[in-house]
Amino acid sequence: MHLAGLIITGIGAIFLFLGSFGIFRLPDVYNRLQAGTKCTTFGAFFTSLGVGMMEPRWFWKCLIIAVFILITNPISNHALGRASKKSGIPLCGESVVDESGKFEQDNDIK
Amino acid sequence: MEKFRNFIYLFILLMLVWLALTSSLEPQKLAAGVIISLGVSLFTSAGYLGLGLPSPGIRKIAYSILYLIVLLIEIIKANFDVAYRVLHPKMPIKPGIVVIKTKLKQDIAKVILANSITLTPGTFTLDIQGDNLLIHWIYVKGEGWEERAQIICGKFERILRIIFE
Repeated sequence: MHLAGLIITGIGAIFLFLGSFGIFRLPDVYNRLQAGTKCTTFGAFFTSLGVGMMEPRWFWKCLIIAVFILITNPISNHALGRASKKSGIPLCGESVVDESGKFEQDNDIK
Repeated sequence: MEKFRNFIYLFILLMLVWLALTSSLEPQKLAAGVIISLGVSLFTSAGYLGLGLPSPGIRKIAYSILYLIVLLIEIIKANFDVAYRVLHPKMPIKPGIVVIKTKLKQDIAKVILANSITLTPGTFTLDIQGDNLLIHWIYVKGEGWEERAQIICGKFERILRIIFE
């Protein structure tokens, strides 16, 4: 059980590292948020689950932490993305399509 | 009726959190948990009236579990997707912002859909207005909102419509 906990914590740490690497490499704020949210959600989920497996007394508490991360992490991501869009941060040069104008104008898209 | 249902849901949720936090089945702690959960859900369940929570049923519970399994698989896929794009020397990205429509009616269903879209490969929700979702996509595919909605959230929306119908 202890070994399994170590392995799972290790997997979580690897994905947290990949997330930070993505924040470093990707071009603009929206793409960085993509890497940030997905990898931190998964990484933090697995890290706390692994800690719970190493210390069986803490398992249920760690599970609660993991579930709260799973629920709240996307919400903070919406808040950051929406604020960047509203304050007019442009998309990076590789972008192919931007339909946000259509979203602001009318509620009836085709 | 809806108020009573919300009361029951809130009570079960609070009780589960209490059980996980104390992680014991001693009668004393259990009794304290039941009393506190009853009190809190009595006083606060009225605040959840507008959410439109569905009535329970065996089929809906089964589909909720199916939803969780599908979501977990998608989360794992999303992480490998991000890892692939980040580690690839050329970074295969084709980002863009698209608008799609959803057929879901209840606010709580839209929130669950938006959160699921954020956790699935390559997409995250920027904003919701009425039926429209503003979505940032790291690798845009498809033409027109119907096809895109099918790619982004087709299976989630199908399961959620069964749960919330």
